[in-house]
This record gives sequence, structure tokens and C-alpha cells, in this order.
Amino acid sequence: MTAMVEDGNSNPAANQTQDSEKWIQMYRQMARIRSFEKKVNDLYLNAIMPGLAHLCIGQEAVAVGVCEALTTEDYITSTHRGHGHCLAKGASVDRMFAELLGKTSGYCRGKGGSMHIADPDSGNLGANAIVGGSAGIATGAAFSAKQMGTGQVAVCFFGEGALGQGLFYEVMNMAQLWNLPVIYICENNQYNEYTHFTEATAGKILDRPRAFGIYTEEIDGQDVRVVYETVQRLVERARQGGGPAFLMCHTYRYHGHHVGDIDRAYYRSKEEEQDWVSNRDPLRIMGNWLIDQGIADQQLLEQIDVEAKEEIKAGAEFAIDAPYPDQSEVDDHVYAA
Amino acid sequence: MSTQPDNVREITFGQAINEALAEEMRLDPTVFIIGEDVAEAGTPFKVLKGLVEEFGTERVIDSPISEAGITGMSVGAAMTGMRPVVDIMFGDFIPLTMEQMVNQAAKVHYMSGGKFNVPMVMRTTMGATRRSAAQHSQSLHALFSHIPGLKVAVPSTPYDAKGLLKTAIRDNNPVAIFEDKMMYHLKGRVPEEDYTIPFGIADIKRQGGDITIVATSSMVQVSLEAADMLEELGVSAEVIDPRTTLPLDKETLIESAKNTSRAIVVDEGYEGYGVTAEIASTIADGAFYYLDAPVRRMGAMDVPVPFSPALEDLTVPTPQSVADMAKLLCGKV
Repeated sequence: MTAMVEDGNSNPAANQTQDSEKWIQMYRQMARIRSFEKKVNDLYLNAIMPGLAHLCIGQEAVAVGVCEALTTEDYITSTHRGHGHCLAKGASVDRMFAELLGKTSGYCRGKGGSMHIADPDSGNLGANAIVGGSAGIATGAAFSAKQMGTGQVAVCFFGEGALGQGLFYEVMNMAQLWNLPVIYICENNQYNEYTHFTEATAGKILDRPRAFGIYTEEIDGQDVRVVYETVQRLVERARQGGGPAFLMCHTYRYHGHHVGDIDRAYYRSKEEEQDWVSNRDPLRIMGNWLIDQGIADQQLLEQIDVEAKEEIKAGAEFAIDAPYPDQSEVDDHVYAA
Repeated sequence: MSTQPDNVREITFGQAINEALAEEMRLDPTVFIIGEDVAEAGTPFKVLKGLVEEFGTERVIDSPISEAGITGMSVGAAMTGMRPVVDIMFGDFIPLTMEQMVNQAAKVHYMSGGKFNVPMVMRTTMGATRRSAAQHSQSLHALFSHIPGLKVAVPSTPYDAKGLLKTAIRDNNPVAIFEDKMMYHLKGRVPEEDYTIPFGIADIKRQGGDITIVATSSMVQVSLEAADMLEELGVSAEVIDPRTTLPLDKETLIESAKNTSRAIVVDEGYEGYGVTAEIASTIADGAFYYLDAPVRRMGAMDVPVPFSPALEDLTVPTPQSVADMAKLLCGKV
């Protein structure tokens, strides 16, 4: 404690500056993700990107708030709607785009694509195209962190649709039984693809993890500060041996299930969509708060947006110009040496 | 033929498995066992007896009855520095693990462009005639053998069981090893010193010149008995054991069939779309101009395994049925 007095961290002014930088960084990360996703949509509409992608526009605060509370060494597993998680955990824009376009310089040499980005350097154990498919992997990563005493924490991102999968309940049971440092982040964007979650979910969601004795919290997933501060507590708790937690984040995906899901009136109204965009947008909520607090002004926020767009533009150009894999790579990496 | 000195001790197939695990766990602290009743119970087959006493419950872990869950967790543990050995009590339960094995374990290395490895082993069982009925008797190794990214071993002797399991544990890929539960008490010579058996290398269990019998797992023992019966009739059968169905040592099988010009493939999995089909087609492709007869397949009958002994025994190849098929192909009927 004596040492702390000498430490710069105990200086309130220095703390405030650090905090301000942290909040601005979170805004910047959200702006990068949104800009990235808009570009992905453009690449799809212009037939430059093969296949489809699942955009996370509207859900940026969950990805950023969670990942900012983690160290690089901490693990995440992601979902089919995972670009935001990957970027927030430290992936670079150019190699992300390259993967989406199936290029050799992509994170997975073009073999994974939009739904399978994995990056050991940033602790990303991979996005997963099987709904709920990564629950075992995240829990297993937490198991090895505990066995090896590394102090790492594993975060499992999943949508509320994954709550229909049995695997989840098997691994939550073991996580609690063995007190594993894993945090289950439920991104409740309300829609299991094209079906409102209430049509597919009996009982109360949080009663499910609670049945195993897992600690639960429920928050507004549109406020990045709330997400960050909550997850910071849960991570610290897990690191100290407090065991698993389940965090439900209420959020909303502005776009369809995937980029091609344009006509959505049969499962949700335009009014509902507009209400979230107008009143619960994570960038606007954070931007307004930064201005209210005097941490940023409109000009700074605009500058951040411009910088993000420039980075995204350059990253996409890099990917478009990058070479495709040589045909000889098709049967590389089936087996590890 | 496997080169083994004559003076080595005899142990059972089950003891060989136990020794392989114990030795690898002593060598590598990242190896651990997880499964249902693996610790104090040592599994219903008692194959793991004594391991928890040596390695403790931290490394020999009794799990809930959650085959998919323990498989999925093992994938994650394997990706992050450990070497899990998952115990799936009956091979009939591997359908419960399919999603994690087929979509996760098998694909992680490829989908990540080679950046993540999944060095895990799934030990499970196979084999009928134990009067255990349709959900505890199947030989489902063909299911995993269908999936690129997985490796599949099917040992037929104590020596092979130990060497293949040690190789599996050291392999950087997901490996499924199918142990015929009817062979756990089979005795055989196993050296005390450390050895491994490379995957994808078939073993000629018996040399012969008139007909090739390719057999897997306990069907090797069945085929060796058939070969003894054939010898009395003056037919010299060569018995070849691929030892792993994935990777498959095509070359050795084809070469043998070229020499004998006749081949039978015997495997305890269902015959339809099975291991026998893959191997028979391999031989037909590779040895076509040398063959004097069509390659014949002998798998388990394509019915759910019945309970009644009177019916169950009809469903799997026997020394007599293999010998009869060989006689037919060699014109000795």
C-alpha cells in the first residue's frame, strides 16, 4: 500500500486523464467496428465478397466493453456474428478484410472466411458457425488456464439463440462444478435468426445459469461503460478464483440475420428497428456522454469517425489487391505436423 | 511383421492401454484423462485401474454424463496447451460427440489456416457379442474415418494397442482410438521399454501367398483363426492389419493383393458404406489387373445389433465364415 502512494496512479488528475483516454479508446473501437461492418455490406452489395456475412452493427458496445476489460492473453470465442469481437480483441482491419475476401494474407489464409476468424496472437480461439458450438471450447480454455495456473480468463460470446443448444448446459454445469474462470456473455439481440426469442425460449433466461449456481447479471448492452465496468468486475472475480459468471447484455442488431436479409417486416417492424437506432445507439450514447463530461467535443468524435473510415478504406483496398491462395494450398493444414 | 524380441512378458490388451496412459502421463504433465467413471471406478472395464491413485483426481477426472460437453471442453483444452484423453465408455455414444468432433476438433487446424492445433485423443470401444444389445455393441469407427482432420486407430493386439495409443497421445491432431471391449483380456507380448507405432503403416500379421485377408481390430484375431483353418486345406492366407483406418496404408494392402490375386476385407462395422467398402475399393483400384476374383467384403450385418445370442452371433464375421469366403474365392468349395 505504501508503494501506491508514490505511484502516479494515485494522482486524481492523472487517473482522470487515463480514464478519459480509455473511454475515448472505446468510442474509437466502436467506430472502427461500425465502419468495418458498413464496408462489409458494401463489399457484399458490390459482389466483391464471396458468400455472406452477419453484421454486428448495433451490438458494438458489447464487443468493445467486454474486450477492453480483458488482457491480450485472455481468451475469447466468438460467433457467426463475430467481426466486432475479433476487432475489439485486437485483430487488424486489413487481415480481417483479407480473410473475408478469401485471400492468403487473411487471418486464416482464406480458409476460414467471415465466420471462422481465429488469431492466437490476440487470444481469439475462433469464431464459430455452429450456434453455441464454441461453448465447449471456451470452457475448455478456462479449464486449461485453471489447470496450468496461468490466471487467464475465457470469455464465451454467444447469442440468445444458442440457449436452445444442449451443449451449453453440459458445459455450464462443469464450469460451476469445477469453478472455472469462464464468463458466458449472452448477446441478447432478441432474434434467433428470423424468430423472436420469446417464441423459442421457455421460462426466464437467467434462471437457466442460476440453476447451476452460476453467478448472473443482466445489463444494458448498448452502454459501453456499463458493459466494461460489469465485465471488469466479473473478470477480476474469475481471476481471483470466484468461478464462472453469466452476463446477459440486452442489445439489437440493426441489420438482418445476414447481409442478404433485407425484407424483415414479417418478423419485426421498421418502427422497432428505428426506435433502437434513434434512442439506443451505442455510439450515440457514448458520444453524448463524452461530450457531456467534457472529455470530447463534436469535432474530436468526427475526427475519430474520419480516421476509422480511412483505416477501413485502406484495409479493404489492401484485401482487394491481395493475392488469392495458390491452388496447392487446398490440402495444406488438414493435419498438423 | 512387428519385430518383437521373444523374451518379452505377456500382458492383456487392457493392461497395455493402462500402461500407455500411465507412461505418457509421467512423461507429459499436460496429459489428462476425462470421462465418466474413469477415476476410482477405473471405467466399467477396469482398464484405468490404479491411474487415479498415481495421478490424482486433477488428472484423472470423473465427469458428468455429458459426452458432448467433455469432448467440447477437451477441444478447448487441447487448443490452449493441454493433451486431453477423453474416455467415451461405449462407442455407441460417439454420436453424442459428433458435432464437437466433426465440426470443431476436425476443422480447427484447417479453418485457422494452421494456427491452432487440437492434440486430443478420444478413447472409445467397439465390438458385438457381449449381449449388450443395439446401443452398447456397435462398431462406429467408420463415422470418424469419414472426416478429414481426424485420425482413427483400431488396434488388434496388446502390442499395437499400447504403441498406437502412445502415438495418439503425442500426435498434434484429434485421434479416435477404438478398442474392442471383447479383447480387453486378450494377452500378448508387450516389451517393457518405450515404443510407439506410426500411424498409416499396416502390419502383416501373417504371411501367405494364396489370398489376402485385410482385417481390423478383433477381426484380425478372427482372420488369424480362419487362416489356421485354411492352412489345413492347403490355402495360404496373408492377414494384413491396417492398424489405422485414417490414415490408411493403401500401398501395403494393394501390394499384398497383387501378390495373392485375391482379397477379402473383414471389419466389424456395418458393411453398408463402411470401412470394408473403402478398403475394397482401394484394392480394386490399385490391384485390378492382378486380381483373379472380385474383392469381397465382410462387415457386420446391416441390422441394429440384436440382444438374443441366437440372433446376435449371426451379425458378425466368424473364423468359419471368413474361411468359407476364402475357400469360395480360391475355388476350394
